[in-house]
Amino acid sequence: MSGPGESPLVALDRVSASYGAQRVLDDVSLTVTSGTFLGIVGPSGAGKTTLLHLLAGSLGPTAGRVARRPGLSVGYVPQIQTVDWKFPVTVTECVLMARTAKRWVPWPTGEDRRRAEAVLAQLGIGGLGDRHIRELSGGQQQRVFLARALLQEPRVLLLDEPTSGVDLRTRHEVMHLLGDLHADGLAIVITTHDLNGVASHLPDVAFLNRRLIARGTPGEVLTPLNLEATYGAEMEVLVHAGLPVVVPAPLRLKRTG
Amino acid sequence: MFDPFAYEFFRNGLFVATLAGALCGAVGCYVVLRTLSYIGHGLSHAVFGGFAVSSVIGINYFIGAGLWGLGSALLIGRVGRRRIGSDAAIAIVTTASFALGLALVDVYGTPSTNADAALFGNVLGVTTADIVGVVVVSVFTGVVLFLRYRALLFASFDPEVAKVSGVNTGRVDALLMVVLTLAVMVSMNIMGVTLVAAAIVVPAAAARMLTQSFTRMLALATTIGAVSGFVGMNASYHLDVASGPTIVLTSVAVFAVAYVVETVRNHRLRPTPEPITPDVAPSVQPVGDLVI
Repeated sequence: MSGPGESPLVALDRVSASYGAQRVLDDVSLTVTSGTFLGIVGPSGAGKTTLLHLLAGSLGPTAGRVARRPGLSVGYVPQIQTVDWKFPVTVTECVLMARTAKRWVPWPTGEDRRRAEAVLAQLGIGGLGDRHIRELSGGQQQRVFLARALLQEPRVLLLDEPTSGVDLRTRHEVMHLLGDLHADGLAIVITTHDLNGVASHLPDVAFLNRRLIARGTPGEVLTPLNLEATYGAEMEVLVHAGLPVVVPAPLRLKRTG
Repeated sequence: MFDPFAYEFFRNGLFVATLAGALCGAVGCYVVLRTLSYIGHGLSHAVFGGFAVSSVIGINYFIGAGLWGLGSALLIGRVGRRRIGSDAAIAIVTTASFALGLALVDVYGTPSTNADAALFGNVLGVTTADIVGVVVVSVFTGVVLFLRYRALLFASFDPEVAKVSGVNTGRVDALLMVVLTLAVMVSMNIMGVTLVAAAIVVPAAAARMLTQSFTRMLALATTIGAVSGFVGMNASYHLDVASGPTIVLTSVAVFAVAYVVETVRNHRLRPTPEPITPDVAPSVQPVGDLVI
């Protein structure tokens, strides 16, 4: 959660966003500070990715105001399903893209290479630099794109569904890795469909379905009321080992006649 | 064997074909990886419309065809954003431009330039202006690909994140369309409208078969394009076949070899299935503090 008195890195104030005539976000206010470790949950089409783009500054609002700290560096990790796996890039070529994209010479500097090797080693994928990105496991692939974002030395890290399409073990590892990065001082915002992963790993959760329905700690906001308002489906919240656990409500058959 | 080198027209043709092959090979990498092969094919037809219009109204071919090609590329982008999609937009805009070019040639003829050369290529008849055109466009393209290498790579691989990372993807895309249009325009008199798309796509596709690295693919495609131009020109002389087809068939032969190499390599790298052991315990997923 954002600590009291922390000045915002990015602040959305009553922001709306549209693609053509279709409005995907409506009247959303959200603040990201250096202490933010936020999970945004909501159904498909709720505007989660659009919200990340507004925070990143790659999309402008159609209404409302976005305030961003001048010179703010933002790292972005895309959904792994959107990556073109046929594209011929090695791990090193991939991670160096973000660091050197605005340079006027094609080759990276020695410092770029050293930083890339250090970040790959930090994420546990050192020594894989010459491999094609398709030749890695799901967890390693996720780390490559995380490494690319980290090489930009961001203050804010945005991740679009980093836990979807990966196995349980990888999901667990990714969430712990993000926890370590947040402990090192990085503001992190992720979108996810993994309600229970959010409940067990993140201190701050926002429910989104075009509008911001609720934001708070998992214990505060993971309620059947918020879940129904967000997903339009009945869900129950149990408590296990002190943590909220979301389960679908049993199907209740209506008696007719 | 070295007989043709005694003729200046052959030396000029060989130089232009080799340079245009390298140019098309390099630009083709971005075309193939962005799955724009159809636009490469279509642009060559669209540029023919510009060729005809510039001939009829009497302006310089490079200016007329270049502007026409760029206009067509922008129109494809605009029409493609409607309900029909970009493939239908390419077909409509480029075939309309090609048809207009044919109609204009039919009605007015081509006083300044030979329409047959534009349609089917005539590398042995290249003029000084053609040579200067290929050299200038090749140098310009080389400078663009060198200075914007990283931005072009990032925007081609991952436009969404490139934009977030501060790359002006719209400008990069427009720059690529400019380079592609110029490459098509100067290669048209060498390969001809009907074969220039192959000169763009085939070397890049062959290079893609041979490497997993973008840097190596760019170098390989440029080399394959240049070699195809050089070998194809010599084959054209010795076999007495038109140069456009021999250049394209040479690059297709390289592609066929690359295809076989990749097939063999994939076969060798395919892991042998592990024997099934019935007493293997089911893998235990770490749970930790993760609540399911």
